[in-house]
Amino acid sequence: MTIKTNVKQVLLASSLLAFAALHQSAFAKGNELLNVSYDPTRELYQEFNPEFAKYWKFKTGEDIGIKQSHGGAGKQARAVIDGLAADVVTLALAYDIDAIGERTGKIPKDWQSRLPNNSAPYTSTIVLLVRKGNPKNIRDWDDLARDGVQVITPNPKTSGGARWNYLAAYGYAKNKLGSDKAAQDFVAKIFRNVPVLDTGARGSTTTFVQRGIGDVFISWENEAFLAVNELGPDKFEIVVPSVSIKAEPPVTVVDGNAKKHGTEAIAKAYLEYLYTPFAQKLVAKHYYRPFLPEFADAEDLARFPKLKLFTVDEEFGGWQNAQKTHFLDGGVFDQIYTPR
Amino acid sequence: MRLKPKSALPGFHLALGYTLIYLSLIVLIPLAGVFLKTAELGWQEIIDILRSERVLSALSLSFGTALIAAALNAFFGTLVAWVFVRYDFPGKRLFDAMIDLPFALPTAVAGIALTALYAGNGWVGQWLEPLGIKIAFTPVGIIIALLFIGLPFVVRTVEPVMRDLEKELEEAAASLGASRWQTIRLVLLPSLLPSLLTGFALAFARGVGEYGSVIFIAGNLPYVSEIAPLLIVIRLEEFDYAGATTVAAAMLVLAFVMLLVINGLQAWSNRHKVRHQALAQPIQAGGAL
Repeated sequence: MTIKTNVKQVLLASSLLAFAALHQSAFAKGNELLNVSYDPTRELYQEFNPEFAKYWKFKTGEDIGIKQSHGGAGKQARAVIDGLAADVVTLALAYDIDAIGERTGKIPKDWQSRLPNNSAPYTSTIVLLVRKGNPKNIRDWDDLARDGVQVITPNPKTSGGARWNYLAAYGYAKNKLGSDKAAQDFVAKIFRNVPVLDTGARGSTTTFVQRGIGDVFISWENEAFLAVNELGPDKFEIVVPSVSIKAEPPVTVVDGNAKKHGTEAIAKAYLEYLYTPFAQKLVAKHYYRPFLPEFADAEDLARFPKLKLFTVDEEFGGWQNAQKTHFLDGGVFDQIYTPR
Repeated sequence: MRLKPKSALPGFHLALGYTLIYLSLIVLIPLAGVFLKTAELGWQEIIDILRSERVLSALSLSFGTALIAAALNAFFGTLVAWVFVRYDFPGKRLFDAMIDLPFALPTAVAGIALTALYAGNGWVGQWLEPLGIKIAFTPVGIIIALLFIGLPFVVRTVEPVMRDLEKELEEAAASLGASRWQTIRLVLLPSLLPSLLTGFALAFARGVGEYGSVIFIAGNLPYVSEIAPLLIVIRLEEFDYAGATTVAAAMLVLAFVMLLVINGLQAWSNRHKVRHQALAQPIQAGGAL
């Protein structure tokens, strides 16, 4: 036997494997919907999915199963890019959905105009969580840049939620101080007060809550409510800053995948159902701010403090711009940190 | 060209074919993917990425902490193995089984547990913090995590060799007037060195790439406690696949070079050992006469 036959064997074996792999992906799914989402929506969709299945059964007589996948928003987007067959994505920021569309061609460019309110059926904002009694007397973003205050936030490079945190502080400073330069110095001061830069929002929550590190935790409003209600109002309190960002976690159908699975109609109806009175009420119950507050319970709405909100489009010219200027390699955020 | 089997045993071609296919599928093809993806970038871009201070400081942190942890493990792991081989004590089997736990435990669990222990409000951390010693969220924390992960590699590679050591050799050395230190240095260590180096290399290689346990205890501050695997993850989050594989390829090459050096050392110490024994043989024979 010669080396050539060995090469042939190798080729044969690898083509067999490729064949097997192709077959694996050809498995089609029936009436099943996969919703790929980010971490804090877990409880919301757990309650929403069975209700939608009931509605769909009532409307069409078809039984459907809905599967959920949760994780950090960036990681989830990457999974879809790498082939996770999501029918719909409900992620933390528009940039991640743009990225899926750009890299796979499975979502059209104008996806954000397909549903009302920039495809965000619910919104949230960024607030400050402090320890009971607010020992460091934190009232607004300025207090986070003070010497001697320890701030907990995840790394904006690895956490979608942390990007909202960063932009909220930046937008506040730019409006107050008037220039980009001053705003950059301001967020740099805040991030120099960060002793631990976790990779995700849940990691940061652990650092703040379990490890007892830090005086203030920058957090999604809905996560802050969860933390206070579940870990005890005797331990933490929410401080609402004077100005914050309107966080719009958008939703869309992954057309390419839905077409392949034959779930286009279900996927579309699923997302539209989020805008119904029932779902809007549910959203408010889970501490998200509903797009249509008239359908939510008054007592749920009363929990949301009134504050001035700006959007990414107004202050940063959209997510693509914000990402490019602030978070990409060598962007403003990277310049905060210098070698010691 | 024909490949000729060196051994008289049959089945050489089959064995070689099997080895090639298996290695290709499990190791070479995935690794080749890393280098192919990196090759999407031009040389200039690759060099720029690798020369940036952020990448350099992360690489030196990852390799530095892995080296320190592997060295500490080589020393203390050998002591642990020695105790297990030479002494009997109640609960020995239980302790012996515990050595393997770091293999089995999900690394994230280890990382969270260690962080809980060494953080300022943890069982251990609360005593160290007032003394000004910070472990969690500093590079020291990284070393602690790698010590935990790497210990079984050293113990399990050194232990069997130690078990084969003959007690008589030490007794002979003592009766010929060798001090305890001389016995360790001239009799025990040369036989143990090859396995010790293997254990060291395994612990080191594992430590360089470790992510799960380190990420919780490191603090992850750029230029201070940001490990190279985290930089890879950061680049992936930016959907910069080629940039991520560039850092990965650099780690692979560095680790490969260091493992080669360790392998070379091992081969050298093996030859050294053979010479030692060759020298020792006539003396022993003479003693028996």
